[in-house]
Amino acid sequence: MNLSRLFNPWVIFGATVLLLAGVVDNDYYLTLINFIGIHALLVVGLNLLLGYAGQISLGHAAFFGLGAYTSGILTATCGVNPWLALLAGLVICGITAVLIGVPALKLRGYYLAMATLGFGIIVYIFLNEAQGLTGGPSGLAGIPALSIFGFKLDTPKRLYLLIWPVLGGILALSANLVDSRTGRALRALHEGEAAAESLGVNTARLKLMIFVWSALYASLAGSFYAHTLNFIAPASFGFMFSIKLVTMVVLGGMASIWGSLLGAAVLTVLPEILTMFHDYEVIIFGAILMVVMIFLPRGLVRGIMDLWEFRRYKKEGGTIA
Amino acid sequence: MELASLLQYLISGLTNGAIYALVALGFVIIYHATTIINFAQGEMVMLGAMCAISIYQVYPSLPVAFLGGVALVTLVGILFERLALRPVKDPSAIVLIIITVGGGVFFKGVAMLLWGKEAYSFPSFSGETPFHLGGATLLPQNLWVLGLTAVVLLALEAFFRLTLVGKAMRACAYNPRAARLVGISQGRMVQLSFALSAGLGAAAGILIAPLTLGVYDMGTMVGLKGFCAAILGGLSSSFGGVLGGLILGVAESLATGLISSGYRDAVAFFILLVVLFLRPQGLIKGGS
Repeated sequence: MNLSRLFNPWVIFGATVLLLAGVVDNDYYLTLINFIGIHALLVVGLNLLLGYAGQISLGHAAFFGLGAYTSGILTATCGVNPWLALLAGLVICGITAVLIGVPALKLRGYYLAMATLGFGIIVYIFLNEAQGLTGGPSGLAGIPALSIFGFKLDTPKRLYLLIWPVLGGILALSANLVDSRTGRALRALHEGEAAAESLGVNTARLKLMIFVWSALYASLAGSFYAHTLNFIAPASFGFMFSIKLVTMVVLGGMASIWGSLLGAAVLTVLPEILTMFHDYEVIIFGAILMVVMIFLPRGLVRGIMDLWEFRRYKKEGGTIA
Repeated sequence: MELASLLQYLISGLTNGAIYALVALGFVIIYHATTIINFAQGEMVMLGAMCAISIYQVYPSLPVAFLGGVALVTLVGILFERLALRPVKDPSAIVLIIITVGGGVFFKGVAMLLWGKEAYSFPSFSGETPFHLGGATLLPQNLWVLGLTAVVLLALEAFFRLTLVGKAMRACAYNPRAARLVGISQGRMVQLSFALSAGLGAAAGILIAPLTLGVYDMGTMVGLKGFCAAILGGLSSSFGGVLGGLILGVAESLATGLISSGYRDAVAFFILLVVLFLRPQGLIKGGS
């Protein structure tokens, strides 16, 4: 067997997930890792839209919230099976994404950004105001744990064994999508809508598909979130969280599946290890967004790799045309 | 609804609408010069209010606080353009959106550090004794907001129509290449547009501060609603932006009275979505 195949990122990912399952036994760390997984689900979806298709969403937290609240309300208030509730969340998010996406994706650039932002804020206000349904600003408590064939996923370790394999599957699915004909069409779309259309790409359908796709990822993440915390409140699904997701995409790198995982991991762990982070959180996000976009518009990881390549190239006596 | 309360809603709607109009104009001016939508515009409103409040605490004179606040924020606007937008090598829409959104979030975070999370009061420009008008109360500050907004709008219109610099800015918006050919520096005009719109935002913030108090997070909503007003008016017309602001303010205020106050903010965004989806060119087409 070729040794270099062992350095395949998928092998490393799988091995790390297994290793962590065996080694980490601290509930706090496991919960943190679970949150990384949930955020990574959201960020991969947003990256498909933002990085690959070049369409911005500043209201992605809304789909996360819709998924979480559908799961929460159906299980805690109505006593529906959590898996059915999760499915209902996907259906609701999918339909909402189509209803919003069809008119919104006709808009470009700034207009699309504003439309998604407006949608996000409307959902946020609804979650706060529809108190009979959502519990209002004080939140919704008593969401039961997920279970598989009567096996309750009520500890961080058990949830870990659900979230991370699912994330692995989603990452593989996304990588596949990006490498397929659809992925090439997406990149064509990013470079120029008219050019993509002249090559026979149905851009309207493609944009809608990716929008719905990323909304479904967000809904799934929302359901997991609700069953992980057993409590949800609107504050987790506001404008700032949408911005946080965009920051994760930008930090990890636009149009990079593994970058999404990295961005999610860094910005989930940083606030935990730096206690002073909380006061400066907003400033740090703003600074990351500006600095990365000004100097390394392809993202931190790709940018640093580019710079490194460039230096090596110069060392070897090459010149840049 | 009885006439008196209708009048009351109309007064508060027009007051808020005037503020939205000022913010909308900030959007329109920058959009004209650069076709950028500056998502950090709302934070200029907040910075204006907070700076004026701080200046007033040190030196309690309203004109000094007003002018000082506007001047400081104008400087912030210039620096923002110079440091965050000018160096961008690949000015695609997505990059610029993310940078200005990041800028807005950054300003908000800095304000939270400087002023904390509490709300600060700012004195009304001329007392608190209300007038009574057909059963509705009208605060002197309402008149100040409406009056000063009108003055600012007229001054701005005069600037664009009558002064050489104003004409140069219009030329730049109309045809950048031709403007460059006759010796107008586009970079300077872009900088000026950021300075102007930051100053307008700051003025809006200081005008509204006596009515709403100044808080570090007051800017985001006002900024978004100002954008909503600008879109209503078609984004390229200052007259449209003002009209959009007033319509939005009144619609919002009436909705508060007729439906519920909790959904007040949702009204603006609902209107925004409807306009964007059905008539993205705005209610008033063309014109400038």
